[in-house]
Amino acid sequence: MRRSVSFTLNGKPLQLTVDDERMLLWVLRYDLGLTGTKYGCGAALCGSCTVIVNEEAVRSCVTPVKEIAGKRVLTIEGFSSDGHLHPIQEAFLNHHAFQCGYCTPGMIVNAYVLLLKKAHPTREEIIRHMDDNLCRCGSHTRIVDAILEAAGSTNGGA
Amino acid sequence: MHGDDWNETVEIAADMTTGVSRREFFQLAGTGLFIFFATDPMAAFQEPSRLPGRPSYPTDFNAYLRIGGDGRVTCFVGKVELGQGSKTALAQLVADELDVSLDSVDMVMGDTDVCPWDTGTFGSLSIRQFGSVLRGAAAEARAVLLQMSADYLHLPSVERLHVKDGVVTHAQDEHKTVSYARLVEGKRIERHLEKVPVKAVSAFTVIGKAPRRKDALGKVTGKARYAADMTPPGTLHARILRPPAHGATLKELDTTAAEKVSGVRVVRDGDLIAVLHEKPDIADRALGLIRARFEAPQPSEDDQTIFDHLLKAAPPLQTVDEKGSRAEGEKLAAHVVEETYLNSYVAHAPMETHSAVAAIEGGKLTVWAGTQTPFPLRQQLAQAIGFTPENVRVVTPYVGGGFGGKSASRQAVEAARLAKITGKPVQVVWDRAEEFFYDTFRPAAVVKIRSGLDDAGKLLLWDYRVYCAGDRGSRQFYDIPHQRTQSSGGWGGGSSPGLHPFAVGPWRAPAVNTNTFARESHIDILASKLGRDPLAFRLTHLSDPRMRRVLLAATSQFGWKPAPAPSGRGVGVACATDVGTYVATVAEVAVNKSTGNVEVKRVVCAQDQGVTVNPDGSRQQMEGSITMGLGYALAEEVRFKDGAVLDRNFDTYQIPRFSWLPRIETILIENPETPASGCGEPPITTMGAVVANAIFDATGARLRQLPMTPARLKAALRLS
Repeated sequence: MRRSVSFTLNGKPLQLTVDDERMLLWVLRYDLGLTGTKYGCGAALCGSCTVIVNEEAVRSCVTPVKEIAGKRVLTIEGFSSDGHLHPIQEAFLNHHAFQCGYCTPGMIVNAYVLLLKKAHPTREEIIRHMDDNLCRCGSHTRIVDAILEAAGSTNGGA
Repeated sequence: MHGDDWNETVEIAADMTTGVSRREFFQLAGTGLFIFFATDPMAAFQEPSRLPGRPSYPTDFNAYLRIGGDGRVTCFVGKVELGQGSKTALAQLVADELDVSLDSVDMVMGDTDVCPWDTGTFGSLSIRQFGSVLRGAAAEARAVLLQMSADYLHLPSVERLHVKDGVVTHAQDEHKTVSYARLVEGKRIERHLEKVPVKAVSAFTVIGKAPRRKDALGKVTGKARYAADMTPPGTLHARILRPPAHGATLKELDTTAAEKVSGVRVVRDGDLIAVLHEKPDIADRALGLIRARFEAPQPSEDDQTIFDHLLKAAPPLQTVDEKGSRAEGEKLAAHVVEETYLNSYVAHAPMETHSAVAAIEGGKLTVWAGTQTPFPLRQQLAQAIGFTPENVRVVTPYVGGGFGGKSASRQAVEAARLAKITGKPVQVVWDRAEEFFYDTFRPAAVVKIRSGLDDAGKLLLWDYRVYCAGDRGSRQFYDIPHQRTQSSGGWGGGSSPGLHPFAVGPWRAPAVNTNTFARESHIDILASKLGRDPLAFRLTHLSDPRMRRVLLAATSQFGWKPAPAPSGRGVGVACATDVGTYVATVAEVAVNKSTGNVEVKRVVCAQDQGVTVNPDGSRQQMEGSITMGLGYALAEEVRFKDGAVLDRNFDTYQIPRFSWLPRIETILIENPETPASGCGEPPITTMGAVVANAIFDATGARLRQLPMTPARLKAALRLS
């Protein structure tokens, strides 16, 4: 149903008139031009489309727009400001924690939620939290190392 | 990219022009120093003639460098960046030979209008093919620039000149200085490569280092563009009607309900039935409203019956290699050991599904595609829509993983056909089920080995037959006097029609995974029958110093303690050679005998790839290979029946996850006098056998079929 939906996107208030049954992934990518959030499976199985809604990691491919009304949405595009990278992004750079880079935004976004909840997770906690984010290139060990490094340099805030 | 940003983000088109041939491009490309160079990069293959359907490289030129008046160095290569890091490694080679900073080198890759023709990005060839070629070109450019500097500075020779960060300075007089940029400003200089000595390895400053990857910033900020991120103004997104099974035929079609969705356009062009809309999800919703009845194909093979079928339907065996006399070997053999090894179809499953955008403007088609083969794709597109190849441009943005699966680019042809029909730019992004359905799987395969040992435990007979995988990696490298290697069919053609129920194709280190699993499992079986330590047994039969060296390096770091298997410890070793590189891997596993679950706890891998251009990049490739290899070793297997692919998403098709990770240790053997060979594939080839051998060492159960699922392991445990 076409409705007006208001929410905060990357810190800025936004009002959209859309069919609010549509999934957030497609609205982000093709209505709002935020293409950092990726399609991978369409069924919440891979994590490439992960975004943050009110401090929780959600799979935007299965989240209808109506569910984010009045909420705060953070995507990979909201992570760096004025050319300053977020410490998690810095850590991914330092460790080269990516190859093809396609899963990377979802990885960074999900790691952010972990560090919000637990500033200094153990390696095992990182693995458990990240386990449903898939990477085909095999950057996993570097991603874990990057999150450990970021945890050492941040209290989890953006 | 989106709407207004469009013009900013067509990076190359903005300053490099569109719609011209490459030769015209050079005329238009403005001033600067151009270095053209020709080579036959396919010489990197031992047997180039064996590559099916591959034209030879053009002899005029196939890569070039431009040094512009702004001091920036642009390197044009037909290869693409799939995540393997060659964008960075190739730039490092250029920066080092030219004495410029890595930041001043721009790589333009996989754009058919501005890059020289290339066969495709596979086979770990980017560095092998272009490593020495690019170094030669950069060295030539440096020689030309030094001569120009001498003229500019009125010096009798170039002898006293040195270069740092693109600035040439006289060794004794720092006021005698000029930049590359100043030298070429306003001039147009062309040089065709002649043989120029390249730097000695000891003089490298950028090669051998691990700088920040050139794609790093874009990838951590979400700004890196993949094909699906391209939406020229007016783009329609297409969703295409697919049959439920390969071989199914459409009998009834009713698109009425789909056509009623506001803004939807339904296109039928022969076998192509598509629903288009400005939003992909609305197109998808409308596709769901199409009523179609397909007639099922004749019943055919499934994932259980396929191996018998392959053996029956395989084309005749071809002999790949033969030494000594098998009759003599049979006579001398005191013990004959025969085994059969199987592996299932495996999907590429890159995180980015096949994606493309096609736009036709002024009689010219431009396609942005996630592809490993932009140049062959250009031909294919031209043929599909009746354009001349000159009027087709393929631009390759970042590719979200390929592994061989994006050598086939059906989605780009679909986008081009729909763009021609609708007159609008069309984006085609496969969903995950389409990705599984149309994937060119790694072929299921069978290997049969007959081997013979004498009373002293010497391996003297080896009769090896591989069916349907391909012969790459099948040649024996152990010292065996009487041997024959034969191969039938493969991933790249030469197979009988109907051999496989769907498309097969190259999958990271094609055929080598199958052949290494069989050979290295079999070697372990022989060692175990003799009660010998698997490493010692290998070394007894190995005179190749590079193979011995990687084996010793990996086992030494692991802390290998000799013992015959099964020792109960769960350790295994395997080695291989591929794409000119030698690799040895040691793994340690823990097996849960009641569940059949295998946990790989530690992997140590040593690789000799000649000169290492970028050590960290090489380690990334090795880690990626090892991790990806856990998938085909333990879980990955495409289920199918009667032409239908039953695995359609990551719920049933399990790929390696964080929780599967072993501790990974990589060793790069120092071998600077040998040219750089491939690094993106070798370690994955050892993963099936090294895990199988470690499982045997842990339990005494020998698995001869990949993947080694809990069910197969439990079955093998009952037999052991």
